[in-house]
Formats: sequence, C-alpha cells, structure tokens
Amino acid sequence: MDFNLSKEQQMLAETLHRFGSKEYSFENRRRILESSSGFSREVWSTLAQMGLLSLQIPEEHGGMGGPGIETMLTMQAMGRALLLEPYLESAILATTLIRDLGSSAQNKALLPALAAGELIAVPALLERGSRYDLSRVHTTAVRSGDGYVLNGDKALVVHAGTAGLFIVSARTEGEIDDEAGISLFAIERSAKGVSLESYPTLDGRRAADVTLREVRIPNEALLGPFGAAYPALAQAWDLGIAAVCAEAVGALDTIFQLTVEYTKTRRQFDVPISRFQALQHRMADMLIHVEQAKSMAYLAAMRSGERDPAARGRAVSAAKVRVGQACRAVGQEAVQLHGGMGVTEELSVSHYFKRLTAIELSFGDTEHHLEKFARSRDPALS
Amino acid sequence: MDMSFTAEELAFRDEVRAFVSSNLPDAIRAKVLNGVRIPKEEQSRWHQILHRQGWGAPNWPREFGGTGWGPIEQFIFEEECAAAGAPALLPFGLKMVGPVIMAFGNARQKERYLPRIASAQDWWCQGYSEPGAGSDLASLKTKAIRTGDHYVVNGQKTWITYAQYADWIFCLVRTDPAAKQQAGISFLLIDMKSPGVSVRPIATMGGHHEVNEVWFEEVRVPVENRVGEENKGWTYAKFLLGLERTNIAAVGTSKRELRRLKRIASLERKHGKPLIEDPYFAARVALIEIELMALEITNLRVLSAESERRAPGTEASLLKIRGSELQQAISELMMQALGPSALSMQQGTIPSEGAREQLAPPYPEPLAATYCNLRKTSIYAGSNEIQKNIIAHAILGR
Repeated sequence: MDFNLSKEQQMLAETLHRFGSKEYSFENRRRILESSSGFSREVWSTLAQMGLLSLQIPEEHGGMGGPGIETMLTMQAMGRALLLEPYLESAILATTLIRDLGSSAQNKALLPALAAGELIAVPALLERGSRYDLSRVHTTAVRSGDGYVLNGDKALVVHAGTAGLFIVSARTEGEIDDEAGISLFAIERSAKGVSLESYPTLDGRRAADVTLREVRIPNEALLGPFGAAYPALAQAWDLGIAAVCAEAVGALDTIFQLTVEYTKTRRQFDVPISRFQALQHRMADMLIHVEQAKSMAYLAAMRSGERDPAARGRAVSAAKVRVGQACRAVGQEAVQLHGGMGVTEELSVSHYFKRLTAIELSFGDTEHHLEKFARSRDPALS
Repeated sequence: MDMSFTAEELAFRDEVRAFVSSNLPDAIRAKVLNGVRIPKEEQSRWHQILHRQGWGAPNWPREFGGTGWGPIEQFIFEEECAAAGAPALLPFGLKMVGPVIMAFGNARQKERYLPRIASAQDWWCQGYSEPGAGSDLASLKTKAIRTGDHYVVNGQKTWITYAQYADWIFCLVRTDPAAKQQAGISFLLIDMKSPGVSVRPIATMGGHHEVNEVWFEEVRVPVENRVGEENKGWTYAKFLLGLERTNIAAVGTSKRELRRLKRIASLERKHGKPLIEDPYFAARVALIEIELMALEITNLRVLSAESERRAPGTEASLLKIRGSELQQAISELMMQALGPSALSMQQGTIPSEGAREQLAPPYPEPLAATYCNLRKTSIYAGSNEIQKNIIAHAILGR
C-alpha cells in the first residue's frame, strides 16, 4: 500500500502543471473555444512533443505502454486545464483500440502518426437511442467483394470535424443488443458516403452526428476480429471511464479551490462570506465529495486494466457513480457559492461547471452505472 | 503508487485471520454477528486472548508493551477482527488515556497504568462532557481545588460510556477558575472506587445501558494522578482528538454489517420476490456500498500518509462524518428491509451452532433497536457539525 508518486511521476505532474498554467491558461483556452474548429493544432503538437500522445502506444512503437498512474495524472491535468482537444478520445480510446486490435500492418501505419500528432482518430460508437449501451448497434457492415459496405448513423462523435479517422462499431451479425457480432472499422473521414452534422456540446467542445451511407471500405479497414470486437471495446471503454474519472478529479479539485478562494475575498455585511457557517458547512461537504471522488478515481485507474470484465466493471461503475455524484454536487455548489458571478462566462467556474456536468452525462451517467453495479455479483458474499 | 497490499501486508492479514478464526470463542462471535452487546466478562476475555498472543495493545509501540504495528497493519487487524465477528477493543484505555500517558505522563504513571490497560485488567472511561459542556467542551465546570498533596473534585460528568464497569476515569477538570476557558484545565486520573464518586445510568432510546452520569462530591484525588502540568490539560485533550484515525470510520464493522444487510434483504420478500432484487432497494444498497468503498480507500490514503508522518489535516473529520453516516445508513436500511416487521421488539435467541447470523426475525437484537442506538454516532466524539467546523477552519482559516 503506497500512495506516493515516483520521482518520474512527480516530474510528469510538474510538467503537466506548467502546461496547464502557461500554454493552456484560461485566456488561451478562451481563444480556442471561440475559434471555428474549437481545436488548436499548436496545442496538439505540444502534447505530442511532451510525449503525452504516446502514453498508450506500446513500447516497441516508442510509446509508454499505457501506464495507469501516468494516464491518471495526465487526465487530472486535462481536467484542471479544461482541455478542449480530443485527448481522451484520440490519445486514449482510439489509440488503445488500435493498439489492442490492430494487425501489425495497421499498427505500423497508424500508431506512429498518432504519437506524432499527425493523425487524430476518434471513436464513433454511440447511436441515437443507444444511450450508453455499446452493444446496441444498428449500424451495419456487410461483406461485399474485397471489403465491406457500411450503413448507419453514429451520434455525438467528439471532434469528428478535426479527426482524420473514425473507429466505427458496426453489426456484422446477430440481433440488435447482442455483444457477439460487433466489428470495428477504421474509416477515414474523407471516405465517400461519410457526412457530418456538426454542433458544439455543452462544455464547448465540438462534436458531430456522423452518417454512413453505402460507405465502401477495403478488408484492411476491419480492426480486430470479425464479429468479436466487443470484449476489447468494453475494455477500452472502461479505460475511458477511469480516464474521465481522473479528469473529473482535476476539475473538481480546481473548482473547489476556486470557491474557497472566492468566499475568502468576497465581502458582504462587512466580512468575507467565508465567515458564514451556512457556507462553511457546504464547503466541508464539497471537500468530502472531492476526496471520495479522488479515492474512487484511484480505484478505477488501478482496476481498469484488469482482464476479467466482471471485476473490472464493478470497480469502474462504482467509481463513475461516486465521481458523478461529486460532479453534480460540487459543480452546483460552486456556482451557488459564487453567487451571480457563478453564472457568468467571465469566470472559469461556469466552464468547470459545464465540463463536470458533461462528464456526469458521458461514459454512462450515475444511474446507468448504479444499475450496473447493483446488478453485479458481490464477491464478498459467498 | 500502488494500491494493493504488499506481500508482507498480505501475510500479516492471513496471520490475523487464522488467529482470530481459531481463537475467537463462538459465544462471543455469535453475539457480535447479531448486533448483541458483549458483557464485560466476554469483552475482557477476548482482550485477554489477544494479550496472550502479544496483541493486547495493537496501536501501541513495543516499548510500552504494544505490537509496534504501523497504521496499515492496525487497519488490517481491525478489519479482520470485524469481519470475523470479534468485538472491537474498547478505545478508552488503548486509544485515549494510554497514548496521553505515553506522551505526557511520568515514568511512574507509565509503569503503573499502561501494563494493566494492555492486559485488560483495568477498565477505563472518559470523563469529558458535562451537562453544560458538550460541543463547547472548554466551558466545563467540574472543579478540582488543590489542598496539599490532593485535589478535591466536585462536579458532574455525563455521557460516560461504560462507567458502570470502569475501574478508572480520566477527567478534564478546572484547576484555575480565574484563567481563560481553555487555560485553566487539568487532566486527572480518578479511581472510580474513591469515596464520593457515584454513577447513575442514563437509559437511551434503544433500550440499552451504555452511558451514565458520574458525580463527584468532595472526591480526594492524589496530585500524583495528574497527567502533565497543571492547567495544561486542554493541550493533552486536543492531542487526543487528532490521534485516532485508524478506526474512526469503522470501515470494517460497516463492511460486515453491509454483508448482513444483503443477506437479510435476499431473504425478505417484496411482491413475492427477494427484496434485494427490487431495483429501488438494490440501488439504495449500492449507493451505500460505493460510498463505503470510497471511504475505505480514503482511510487507507490517510493512514499511508500517516505512516510517513505527514501532518494530517482535515482527514480525521472527514472519516468521522462519512463513517458515522454510513453506520447509520446501513442500520436504517436493515430496519427498512423488514418492513412492518421491524416494529416488533420481540427478542430472538442467539443461534448457537456455528455462531451464525440470525437472518430472519425475531432477531436477538431487534434491528430497530440498533437503528435507534446508532443515532449516537453522528453526535458523539465531536458532532458531525463540529467536524464540519473543523474542516472549514482548516480550509478557510479564521
């Protein structure tokens, strides 16, 4: 039992801190937020130079092989910085899926480009009406000649407009909710028959619904085993949950500190409002939420690499529930304690609030994971 | 960073598990598993069994007859004991007065009192609260006036857990009535058999006799029974408050009770189906379980920081607040699991064979009685509101 960071991990944390306070200051972020793409090529290159795009890349391709703690630290920093770029989607989710499922030819072609920041790949897994069920896939892929033809609609593809490559789930066999019969395909955005309906999301990021109409792709676009991609997909998704929990912790920590500082400086009735017990106790509750969420984000980081889906799922669902509760409670309280200033775009607190709200709704909301957890078997009960 | 137990910690856990499993008397286990209060003799008996193993003072350093275990080992020990249905060791000697004597007592006091605590020969109780001094402890009025080599103590203490069994009481008393509140307080050890000490039981709503009033009328206490300096007692009391972190959250006990809740809820039926399958009830259980998972990790984080002697901050308060709330929430749901049957205060018999849990009513200890009894957890040891004040003070300053 050891909760200390190694020297290397501490150095990483410091580097990440510098990135967040300098390159990704609130002002710089605002410029990206207001730009048309909502994405900074420059920032993405910086992330590549820092080696952060290589975290999930296997060592034989010059990466770090997906270290849990480093990934957690990085995501915490992204949460503090309120990163708008698709780090989680490309550098964690898509990269992991390609790494775990790709043929050596695919890995050779894609991983170096991902690590260098030349290629951005994002998953296109959800569909309108699928909610959070990865197995509820209507999109179809049918064999045809030397390849496949895809038809379907993917929803909420984050930064679809910036990405060069989509990792698309499609049904190649089976019924609508079957885990068996799902295949993954790497499809270029520029492929014929792919069209985007773009929109901003609550937290200021860009997303799109992606329509696939008679999209013809070669055999080499199949990623992983035909009809049997689900286990790897679920594993990557759980890794994503752990990552988003860590991101939430970074944002929670920051919004809590901002609130504490604000109440110490804001004066009413001739005293700082931090003197009022009605507010003090709410901040004590916020602290408890932050610490409990932090503990569960650690748990998720530690367990998300486990192969056994049941044990892994129990841990990450528990984490997402606890973190989700904290996102809602701490976010809402932070806005409330900032008073009128809390609802303005001018202060960062509202931006953290929106990202925390978005995190709660992503990767399975609190209710989704509460239900999953409640239905899982408790190994402590014989 | 590594959140799993080391090989040594796992070996230690197995050693404790094996020892408790083969040495805990069935009669005691059956009571604990069924929420029944342990009588003094059995509490002492278990403590003496541990003492013979060299584990009579799990939280003490070796030089005072303790185990020398670190915080993580102590946590593992308490969790294993709780899981197996062993009664928790009473904190008054081991975790309260013992460490104060070690830190501030003189050599004679250490020699006289500590071995008898570790061996369960002496029972201690805590004389802090008074009718007019609860959360505002420093307003206490019990007076100790020095005459020669004695103090003469007059006053009333209240909420004294197990005063009816105790051989000794450690008290905060006012030795300088003129000084500012916190300044005139001293820390006295008083023999419960002293003339002028009387104990009056307080009946609480669960129907138990745990707490008492203790009255002091012209009680003569030798000056040598004062720990540390005169009028410095408040410092020692505060030292104590920040000390107890290993079991303040009662994670082990709550884990055991949560398992019992699940077993009860799989036998109880709603609309003819096991209650545990009712989505609404299952969700409430799941929320508690998740909070407890988080609290266990938070607790281990705190202890691991403590192992390196990093200064603790608000953590003890956090653990106390959430730990007490969880104990209450589990007992509330256990009571709720029975539906209207929870109203019955009929007492069942303790299952003797194999020292098992009784999973259907009538329970040896009615679940509603436990629910009533556990209301105390958010009130005692610094009410949860006081704990929030402590957190606020730490993060906001004054």
